[in-house]
Amino acid sequence: MATTADQFHAHEEHGHAHHDHDHKPAFFARWFMSTNHKDIGTLYLIFAIIAGIIGGGISGIMRLELAHPGIQYLGAIATWMDGKPAEMNDALHLWNVLITAHGLIMVFFLVMPAIIGGFGNWFVPLMIGAPDMAFPRMNNVSFWLTVAGFCSLMLSAFVPGDATGNGAGIGWTAYAPLSTYGSNGPATDFAIFSLHLAGAGSIMGAINFITTIFNMRAPGMTLHKMPLFVWSVLVTAFLLLLALPVLAAAITMLITDRNFGTTFFDPSGGGDPVLYQHLFWFFGHPEVYIMILPAFGIISQIVSTFSKKPVFGYLGMAYAMVAIGVVGFIVWAHHMYTTGMSLNVKMYFTAATMVIAVPTGIKIFSWIATMWGGSIEFKSPMVWAIGFIFLFVVGGVTGVYLANGGIDDVVHDTYFVVAHFHYVLSLGAVTGLFAGFYYWFPKMSGKMHSEFLAHVHFWIFFIGVNLIFFPQHFLGLQGMPRRYPDYAPAYEHWNTLSSWGYAVMGVSLIVWFINIIYAYTAGKKAEDNYWGEGATTLEWTLSSPPPFHQFETLPVIEDDKGHH
Amino acid sequence: MTAAATLERGKRRTALIMAGVALGMLGLGFAAVPLYRIFCQVTGFGGTTMRVSEARAATVKAGTQTISVRFDANVDRGLGWRFQPQQVTQDMRIGQRKQAFYWAENTSSQSITGVASFNVEPEQAGKYFNKIQCFCFNQQTLQPGQKVDMPVIYYVDPAIATDPETKDIQQITLSYTFHRAADGGAKILDRADPAR
Repeated sequence: MATTADQFHAHEEHGHAHHDHDHKPAFFARWFMSTNHKDIGTLYLIFAIIAGIIGGGISGIMRLELAHPGIQYLGAIATWMDGKPAEMNDALHLWNVLITAHGLIMVFFLVMPAIIGGFGNWFVPLMIGAPDMAFPRMNNVSFWLTVAGFCSLMLSAFVPGDATGNGAGIGWTAYAPLSTYGSNGPATDFAIFSLHLAGAGSIMGAINFITTIFNMRAPGMTLHKMPLFVWSVLVTAFLLLLALPVLAAAITMLITDRNFGTTFFDPSGGGDPVLYQHLFWFFGHPEVYIMILPAFGIISQIVSTFSKKPVFGYLGMAYAMVAIGVVGFIVWAHHMYTTGMSLNVKMYFTAATMVIAVPTGIKIFSWIATMWGGSIEFKSPMVWAIGFIFLFVVGGVTGVYLANGGIDDVVHDTYFVVAHFHYVLSLGAVTGLFAGFYYWFPKMSGKMHSEFLAHVHFWIFFIGVNLIFFPQHFLGLQGMPRRYPDYAPAYEHWNTLSSWGYAVMGVSLIVWFINIIYAYTAGKKAEDNYWGEGATTLEWTLSSPPPFHQFETLPVIEDDKGHH
Repeated sequence: MTAAATLERGKRRTALIMAGVALGMLGLGFAAVPLYRIFCQVTGFGGTTMRVSEARAATVKAGTQTISVRFDANVDRGLGWRFQPQQVTQDMRIGQRKQAFYWAENTSSQSITGVASFNVEPEQAGKYFNKIQCFCFNQQTLQPGQKVDMPVIYYVDPAIATDPETKDIQQITLSYTFHRAADGGAKILDRADPAR
């Protein structure tokens, strides 16, 4: 620490000699200049919840509009946003802005900050017995870059997107030429710049995690003894490190194509818009594993804890994640089957994509084998974890189905695809987040949540999200295209049901908020290890919440410690 | 060396290597642009046609099988040209050299330099579609009102009949799109009016 400390730090450590061991800085210094991994984790979680409310609220507007055919609400909202009476084109542009914002917020500002920034920051150092992250101040920079990126994205909603209205309507994929000469206004620059900022933050975070995990494990904790959540963050960090710079390159080329006359993606100067798609999806496919792998890690911890058994096939579980990460880099073009590929290329990407089902299957079966014969307790995190396994399997099965180039030709860009990726992300990653939340919330806050409310939250959420997304499979197979605010009346039935599902899901979030309020106002004080004998990782050896600085004497991991 | 100093050194080394990896990937992202172009030129990926010399073309022997070529012409928005093929299709034996014409007219009141992008459909035929001469090899400048014939001399490599992926192809569509050349005249891109 001494060599990285600046004067601020040196001063603080000087103060330590005279004060209490758990001395915390004052409010502003603690939360706005934070270098403490737990505080930064908390900041990430709060940020992700705020971003999630905005991104989720946007999907509420989308489901409201889609509940019935025709354009009902977009015109009024566009009038309010643009400050002048909206024409039909303004309303349609607003739709593009909404789907863009929803996608970007949920991916970059909800799931990634919560699962990597939030739980990763909180629990990776605790689980490997480290006092903090390797570079605490870079950790702070990562967080505030993410916040700055979010502000840039929000600002884009208030400047012109193109000739038809405010905001960037380029889709989360920002395909050229829609994002180059298709959207001339500065909103698109703001949106792209927000990805630069968030991406830079995530790359720094990834370097921080890798350095921490490789250099700061407690004595005796070999790589093959690390808890699976740490493994999942390690693999995720490598995916971030290898994928995000490619996105940065691609969107930098978008910016220069837009503003500086280059023609990377413009055929008039010899460029190719399809190259953008290759670059984007070279990042975009690993990105989906970036979002789901840490959830795999969380689920492994939870299933093991509440089955009171070590995870079945620990090494297989760890290397399955490595395999998913590696193979994830060579399947990107399955997002581009309809760009006109030869049969052989399609066959390769189909086969490579299906191969990912093997390590994923190893994980699913190992979770089940962990539960098999275990002394299972259905505490709230376990119920969420089993819900995760169920929902992820549904999304995984439609994934194998979509991997087929021939089938994708039919259902490409339909609601079937929307249903598929929401089952693995909205239902998978977010369910994993809630599982982690209930598993660790008392550890982080020191207050017990209500188990009853957590179960109520689960069941309402589970019913709600299935009502939203299961009918979208039918809509997609019937040919309803995605990214449109209107549809043929024949699709109304399932759309209305899907929108009601959103309302049910919304109620579950109210239960969640009530549970948080309950925990802070009436919740019992959490013990060190409130889940009992099944919870064996190092964070359970600490108080709840853990001291401001932990492991000043490093814990020593003995050979016979359980593998999870 | 103390344990703390060893740790600091290890941390710094890991971080530097990882930052190097990130920078390397950033570089690869940009390197993808020329690499992708070369990849397309070499493999015919995405229906990229091949360019051959007169000498090389002279060595090709025509086969017996016949194939049809259909001609397609497009004009990018903002380019004040009309651009059309002079024949709908041409039939020939594979390997046989053929000349086709397009014509282009500048309907605007200013001199415009255009450049044509091109490919063939089905895309797998790209590596067998050889151009000996083409108006698309160079930029073309048309004065206001000027009309010109634009020739392309090409042949279809007889190997197309032995590749299992292309042997069933009976017709290839050759498509051109004329764009305003990047250095010729105003850029298409103009900013939205911020006052609206």
